[in-house]
Amino acid sequence: MDACAHVIDVHGLTKRFGRRTVVDGVSLAVRRGEIYGFLGPNGSGKTTSIRLMCGLLTPDSGRGTCLGFDIMKESAEIKRRVGYMTQKFSFWEDLTVRENLDFTARVFGLPRRRQAVEEAIEGLGLQTRAGQLAGSLSGGWKQRLALAACMLHKPELLLLDEPTAGVDPAARRDFWEELHRLAAKGISVLVSTHYMDEAERCHKLAYIAYGKLLASGTAREIVEGQGLATMAVQGSGLQELHARLLRDARVEQAVMFGSSLHASARDAKALGEAVRGALSSGQTCTPAQTGLEDVFIFMMNASRDSFGVRP
Amino acid sequence: MNGALFSFRRFWAVVVKEFMQLRRDRMTFAMIVAIPLVQTMLFGYAINNDPKHLPTAVVCSDGSPLARSLEASLINSGYFDVAGRMSEAEAARAFKEGRILFSVSIPSDFGRRVLRGERPEVLVEADGTDPTAASGALAALAGIAARAQARDFQGPLAHLAPRPAPYSFAVHRRYNPEGLTRYNIVPGLMGLILTLMTVMMTALAVTRERERGTMENLLASPLTPLEIMAGKILPYVAIGHIQMGIVLAAALFLFRIPFAGDPLVFYASSAVFMAANLTVGVTVSSIARNQLQALQMTIFYFLPNLMLSGFMFPFAGMPDWAQAIGCVLPLTHFNRIVRGVLLKGSGWPELWPELWPIALFAGIVLVLAVASFRRTLD
Ligand SMILES: Nc1ncnc2c1ncn2[C@@H]1O[C@H](COP(=O)(O)OP(=O)(O)O)[C@@H](O)[C@H]1O
Ligand SMILES: [Mg+2]
Repeated sequence: MDACAHVIDVHGLTKRFGRRTVVDGVSLAVRRGEIYGFLGPNGSGKTTSIRLMCGLLTPDSGRGTCLGFDIMKESAEIKRRVGYMTQKFSFWEDLTVRENLDFTARVFGLPRRRQAVEEAIEGLGLQTRAGQLAGSLSGGWKQRLALAACMLHKPELLLLDEPTAGVDPAARRDFWEELHRLAAKGISVLVSTHYMDEAERCHKLAYIAYGKLLASGTAREIVEGQGLATMAVQGSGLQELHARLLRDARVEQAVMFGSSLHASARDAKALGEAVRGALSSGQTCTPAQTGLEDVFIFMMNASRDSFGVRP
Repeated sequence: MNGALFSFRRFWAVVVKEFMQLRRDRMTFAMIVAIPLVQTMLFGYAINNDPKHLPTAVVCSDGSPLARSLEASLINSGYFDVAGRMSEAEAARAFKEGRILFSVSIPSDFGRRVLRGERPEVLVEADGTDPTAASGALAALAGIAARAQARDFQGPLAHLAPRPAPYSFAVHRRYNPEGLTRYNIVPGLMGLILTLMTVMMTALAVTRERERGTMENLLASPLTPLEIMAGKILPYVAIGHIQMGIVLAAALFLFRIPFAGDPLVFYASSAVFMAANLTVGVTVSSIARNQLQALQMTIFYFLPNLMLSGFMFPFAGMPDWAQAIGCVLPLTHFNRIVRGVLLKGSGWPELWPELWPIALFAGIVLVLAVASFRRTLD
């Protein structure tokens, strides 16, 4: 059944705050067991979209289901079955790790509550910190607590809103390994993020800017969908070259990536001529694989131009 | 069961959480105990005032011009508004119901005895529960008698004039014979402190969740708005009772205020009063965006309670518009109930007219509170 294959299936979600349209006709379908990455610059409407999907906000228009329940009418059912990890840490800093978990267990009405709480503490390696106030935990531990708490009632779907923001790389890696273990068990995950390396680890991606969904699919589909060719330039004096390329109409995008400069355009031939013609001595250029980041920057600029909005 | 609008289990989860957080919040805990104590001590000392136009009954069976002249002088002094002539029994009832603050009993042969130079006594009874209200008026009595002499004893009666005043007033205070201000202030404080604390604490408890971002967690959980609200309110009902106990204990043991009435009446009335304040607190917390706004709105609500409830200024001395506002406020009625129960020993028949306005207020504000609670984050 189609409704079962898709844990999230929403169409044309629109949300306005006052006169501002923050989410504009977003449609999204997430399959069971999929890790779905949700990308977009700050303020593009990721958090708002996630809140719409779990019934925390009511859309102005659009419809859809989450775990087969109507997001407009059955938000109580959705809330009981979804694990939602808020962008901002939303557990009680003046309660201990164990008390926070215990409260969550009570609210979800877990059978054998104490046992479930102890298992969660063990499972996430929080034993030594169970009696510590949540407010005194570091960012990485807070994030583990939040994940443990939203996993406590064994949800079928996790909605994670920038779960790894402000978390160190090692903790991030552990976190993503955990996500893949969960996905392997059939749990679906919708995760918003800013990190490109995290985007690469998702099965599917959606990119949103200024409230509009600009692309969705696998990383490869998204990159190929834009049909961009990219040249990478190495060498010295790249700043000056950057400025020169930006003025060239044949180069649609020029972005500095550390020690190299990426120039992209849809017309590969014209791009090659433009870049080679602009090179100075000591600079070499090679055709490069267009990456997700190149594409995201391209889409964001394109959408800004076409909607006439400023970042 | 799971889909129910109210699940006791989930409600109880919120209650337990609130108590755990309260236990860690030393500051709030200190306030719960310190505010009632400090306030009681501070306000235990008098605040003075000189109210006029106090409702007065005249008990008189003497039709002589001198009696009418005395009545006119009472009115002209500005302190007394004569509500009408009453029998002694009627006046006693009016006292108990708080409709009058004074009764002036003019003896039946008043006119004749004045003319005979017997200097008859006019009995003035005053409601002593609010001594600030009565004191100015009582002080004016001596002047009234002296002026009567100058005005009424001219011409053929002038030979009576140079002597001491032709009649005198005997003052009798009901309920508070010594005219102790603390008899008024301390019971009044009970309601005042409860108003401040319950409104503020409930308002803060909910806005705190909003401000810290934890509200999103509550709303994303299976908790219903009713469970969240009820769970957050219950601890503060308990706290309200503790505070009531503190002030009551201070009133009885420190200030030696009598407890003439029925404790059950007292307890039931305070429960209704607390419910009214809690609904205000919940409404504030639904409207306020953060704790600062909640605090400002609490003070906005608290000030008229302080000024217009008859706590700070005698109710009878206020202009009509202020009395109209005061009548809406639960504290005004609660103050009368507390004074009634503690000092007058009043029971249900006398207090019911003060209780239903509080209940009505609570009902109306409750509808407002439920309507304004934001179920989602919109
Ligand atoms: N409750 C709200 N009221 C008004 N504006 C809001 C509200 N929530 C979010 N916004 C605005 O909507 C835009 C999108 O926000 P958000 O969904 O948080 O973006 P993201 O999560 O992608 O950074 C932002 O500009 C934000 O200021
Ligand atoms: Mg966000």
